[in-house]
Amino acid sequence: MRPITSLRRHRVAGYAVVLLGLVGAGAAYTAVAGQPGTAAADASPVSRQQIAEGQALFARTCASCHGMHAQGISGVGPSLIGVGAAAVDFQVSTGRMPGKVTGAEMPPRPVVFSQTQIHALAAYVASLGGGPAIPSGDQVSPAGANLALGQQLFITNCAQCHNFSGAGGALTSGKFAPPLNHATPTQIYEAMQTGPEAMPVFSDTTITPAQKRDVIAYVTKVRGQPDPGGFSLGRVGPVTEGLVAFLGGIAVLIFAAMWITMKRRES
Amino acid sequence: MSDMTEGPRDLPQGSDGEQDEGSRAPHRVIGTPPPAEARTLLASEQEPPQRPRIIVPTGPAAKRGERLVATFFLLSGLASIGFVASYVTLRPGSLVDTLRSNLTLGIAMSVAFGAIAIGAVLWLHLLMPKVEIPEDRHSIASSPAERAEFADTFAEGAERSGFVKRPLVRRSLLGASVLLGVAPLVVLRDLGPLPETKLRHTAWARGRRLLVLGPNTPIRPADFSSPGQMITVAPEGFEDNQDAMAKAATIIIKFRPGQLKPPTVMNWAVDNIVAYSKICTHVGCPVALYEQTTHRILCPCHQSTFDAARGAKVVFGPAPRALPQLPLGVDSEGFLISTNDYHVPVGPSFWELGGSGFSGGNEQS
Repeated sequence: MRPITSLRRHRVAGYAVVLLGLVGAGAAYTAVAGQPGTAAADASPVSRQQIAEGQALFARTCASCHGMHAQGISGVGPSLIGVGAAAVDFQVSTGRMPGKVTGAEMPPRPVVFSQTQIHALAAYVASLGGGPAIPSGDQVSPAGANLALGQQLFITNCAQCHNFSGAGGALTSGKFAPPLNHATPTQIYEAMQTGPEAMPVFSDTTITPAQKRDVIAYVTKVRGQPDPGGFSLGRVGPVTEGLVAFLGGIAVLIFAAMWITMKRRES
Repeated sequence: MSDMTEGPRDLPQGSDGEQDEGSRAPHRVIGTPPPAEARTLLASEQEPPQRPRIIVPTGPAAKRGERLVATFFLLSGLASIGFVASYVTLRPGSLVDTLRSNLTLGIAMSVAFGAIAIGAVLWLHLLMPKVEIPEDRHSIASSPAERAEFADTFAEGAERSGFVKRPLVRRSLLGASVLLGVAPLVVLRDLGPLPETKLRHTAWARGRRLLVLGPNTPIRPADFSSPGQMITVAPEGFEDNQDAMAKAATIIIKFRPGQLKPPTVMNWAVDNIVAYSKICTHVGCPVALYEQTTHRILCPCHQSTFDAARGAKVVFGPAPRALPQLPLGVDSEGFLISTNDYHVPVGPSFWELGGSGFSGGNEQS
């Protein structure tokens, strides 16, 4: 008998093949998944020089879609007049802008601008027509916030899209609500205030700045919660847990069935 | 196989592969016995076993198996003792204590049962002799003679019992049987009473303020002025009443002027603010996945999609009708109020909904 054949006929060969397949599939998934991090942002006072710098940056990287004066180009990019510094900071600091192609949703990509450049861009766009400003560090600090109210607000208004633990979820026609795991408190605040892409606006008059801090406190707190069993499984709830239990359980049952029905070799 | 004469043709007599077993090396399927041994499940008469197929485990392997089985049984015993010990020592009380108690009890009990099961399987697998017994199949039907005899016995019994001859016994038995069958039907009464008009009314009424759910603050149209805004609201006085909120949960959405189109009821909107029931008309999931770019409201359960700019009519999915629209107004202090209850029932549609129920719109009834 050739050595390879004897290896294949070895009594544990079947188990080894199944195990190898499972491990391989897991490794392939881990390689495909994975999330880039994002940088924190903070507000600083606006100067005339900053605006000029921002305008130059805008002309170079944004004007091709949004127009030379941020007036928007029909069918390509929307007008940015009046969107405010907060919207610019959110879009650029999360890497959604500058976008590569227009699609159902701008996916987050590696951030291309430094914090100073982002603030210059934001100052320029804000100078065109006001809009919400970038919140200060105190405005977004979760310290001393009302976690219970934050949870209630999040569950009532955010969880249906972003999932109760901020894991994100699917929307219609290829759009999706992104996971909040990597969002900074500033970005969460700005997203609520400006309603990027398909997200509704939660302005300061409906959810006050103090309540926004409560929501941020909940979102940042829930990330640190331990995962029972050791694996988060994406924290999307019973679907993945059920799937893992099902697949794991089936695998165990198959191994058990194979072993029980295995016949003893006459030697 | 065509030359087989004994037995009906439809009885399986082993796979085709067995004919040329000696001539080629068959594929080995994972988990099946190696090809050296017999591969048929049903013994056929043409193939008498060449040797007694009894394998008795002996020697040091059997001794090891014996110890292994005993170890598992011992483990089960220890787990049972552990179950009692944890029941006595770890008492439920606080959340953490209860959690700990449940956890240890559960683990101990599953080990106690599981180890016996594993031990039993090991016993079978490692210690019991393997015996292969051919067992031929037979026709299930009885012979005609036996069937005729049964029919005679039955007729004779019926004759002797006097079932036909004695009407009093017969009728009283039939009457008792009928009553016995009807009696359980009476308990079905408690499936009721019918919901009457509960499904048609919610806590919303004329002049009831809209409160932002959570902080429970009333809201003015000026506070809700950025297009693309969406928020969940509750009727004032019912914000903490879960029973009422199960029907009354509502979302309000702000539009730009001119974006709202029929069949939205324009008289029920204030400053392009429109209110819809948050309960899906399919099976009642909360619908608030609102996309401000497309004005779609998506239900996360079955992907029913509603067009919020067009009276929340269904544009996709299994929902049978539009989300009901709540008539809005403004009170003397400038806060948003409902001017009436929903005009059509909210939530999952039902048979008695009637009228426009399954056709769609928010037509005033």
